[in-house]
Amino acid sequence: MTRFDSVLRLGDDALVAAQRMAHWCACAPQLEEDVALANIALDLLGQARALLTYAGGIEGAGRDEDRLAYQRDEREFTNALLVELPDADFAVAVVKLLFFATYQNLLYQRLATGADTTLAGIAGKAVKETKYHVEHATRWTLRLGDGTVESRRRAQAAVDGLWPFTHELFEPDPLAPVDPAGLREPWAALVRPVLTRATLVVPDDDWRPTGGRVGLHTEGFGYLLGEMQSVHRAHPGARW
Amino acid sequence: MEHTDLAAQRPPGSELLAEQVDAAERDLLAAARPQRRAVGQASFDALIDGEHKVEPTDWMPEGYRAGLIRQIAQHAHSEVVGMQPERNWITRAPSLRRKAILLAKVQDEAGHGLYLYSAAETLGVSREWMLDALHEGRQRYLSFINYPTLTWADVGALAWLTDGAAVVNQVTLCRSSYGPYARAMVRVCREESFHHRQGFDALRVLAAGTPAQRAMAQDAVDRWWYPALAMFGPPHNRSTHSDRSMAWKIKRFSNDELRQRFVDICVPQAEVLGVRLPDPALRWNAERGHHDFTEPDWDELRRVVAGHGPCNRQRMDHRRRVHEDGAWVREAATAYAAKHHGGPQHSTAHQGAPAARQGLPA
Repeated sequence: MTRFDSVLRLGDDALVAAQRMAHWCACAPQLEEDVALANIALDLLGQARALLTYAGGIEGAGRDEDRLAYQRDEREFTNALLVELPDADFAVAVVKLLFFATYQNLLYQRLATGADTTLAGIAGKAVKETKYHVEHATRWTLRLGDGTVESRRRAQAAVDGLWPFTHELFEPDPLAPVDPAGLREPWAALVRPVLTRATLVVPDDDWRPTGGRVGLHTEGFGYLLGEMQSVHRAHPGARW
Repeated sequence: MEHTDLAAQRPPGSELLAEQVDAAERDLLAAARPQRRAVGQASFDALIDGEHKVEPTDWMPEGYRAGLIRQIAQHAHSEVVGMQPERNWITRAPSLRRKAILLAKVQDEAGHGLYLYSAAETLGVSREWMLDALHEGRQRYLSFINYPTLTWADVGALAWLTDGAAVVNQVTLCRSSYGPYARAMVRVCREESFHHRQGFDALRVLAAGTPAQRAMAQDAVDRWWYPALAMFGPPHNRSTHSDRSMAWKIKRFSNDELRQRFVDICVPQAEVLGVRLPDPALRWNAERGHHDFTEPDWDELRRVVAGHGPCNRQRMDHRRRVHEDGAWVREAATAYAAKHHGGPQHSTAHQGAPAARQGLPA
């Protein structure tokens, strides 16, 4: 685990989350939500660009943000599986955002005061952004969980489907600038009360899917990358 | 948003339009209210004749109200349905910078939809009522949105040409006699000029790129030129709503005047870009002081407006599906608000005023 790997991992998380979130643009349940979700996708994309640029600099092999985003294959991406899962409905998007943004916010808070000043700068900006993402996701989790019978059913299905994937976010990595293992407890202390207030139940921890950090992704991930990279790869060496 | 990123590549002629928006805003702020002596029609006439702004609480003829609702709703719908052809490329944008710019642009369009629905709501109709009218085909959106975006270059050409045409049209609407519309348009125009500029910039890079990129750029311009020209509507003598709108100062210039202005602006910009506008008859006419050009195929426009363009059904199916898919979410929000705050948190659910509904043209 090099410094390049750990920054790349953060960048891949943000990039893949942005790509999924961008799908909601012009597909949200109301116009205010089109604006809000596009805003969140833009924040994530901004984080991804800063982090990938920084990772490319650390590596020193001449790879910029676009080389890293567009010219790697599935097995070279190190994002957590959680962010690549497709959004089957709005409840999945909301609960996934609650889980991921809370994790990101805790991580960025710690990176913002860390020894790596470049990373601290990127994280400092992202702390404010992810704070808003957590608030937005929290408000919607409450509305969906404690809304109608149908919305509660969908929100609970989203929690059941996504919860197992949260474990991967906190797998120990003692060499990383912040070891994610230490974030599991504060994360649960923030997320569990939101779910409880939303009348949602946390499922059993009997399945802990993993693999994203070493490039073992879900089957759907190849389609996400194929779509994202298609134009760029069709024109090798072109400027955009 | 990355406005500063593009500051260096302002397309020629765009400063003039930006200045016109600024001037309209100054005049808007200065448009003093007359002493209110007259009532009813006379008070309305005094506002229009005196170049003052009509405000929501002022008396207005039913036809003025209905015409404005039709026009502002159509404009709002165009922003919202118009997100579709561009969102088509967000996930495939060929660089992360272009992806961010495009995402920001489509987000702005949702925001413009919000301002415009709000402006129309001041006339006594609800957003829900307008969306129903759109979904049921009783209200329309601009016809160019019914053409497909087939390559990445379409994102550039669409923004350069159709946002460029929208700015030419909307700059004049900043002086509309209805205050809430004029003020919404000032805001919209400032952002539209950024949209236009990013399209110009995206296309400029392609037109100076590899042979495949250059071909892609030219092909996109070939396909978007006439849909953009048709955006100004049919010629004055065929337009259903033009005369009255101009007398009421909702609209300030004829469709033909604005189309000519747009062609004159595009010609030098196409030269800078290094793309060919697809009209062999396009040439400078020194006598008129304008470019001569071939008009759009009005039969084609009529067919597209009637619902027979390549993407009409797709665009409306998408809109209806998104609205239906989102119903359970909106219901959840309403139910939650009723449980926790004693009522719905969004006030968009009120119904349109009956008077305004009856006044709508068929």
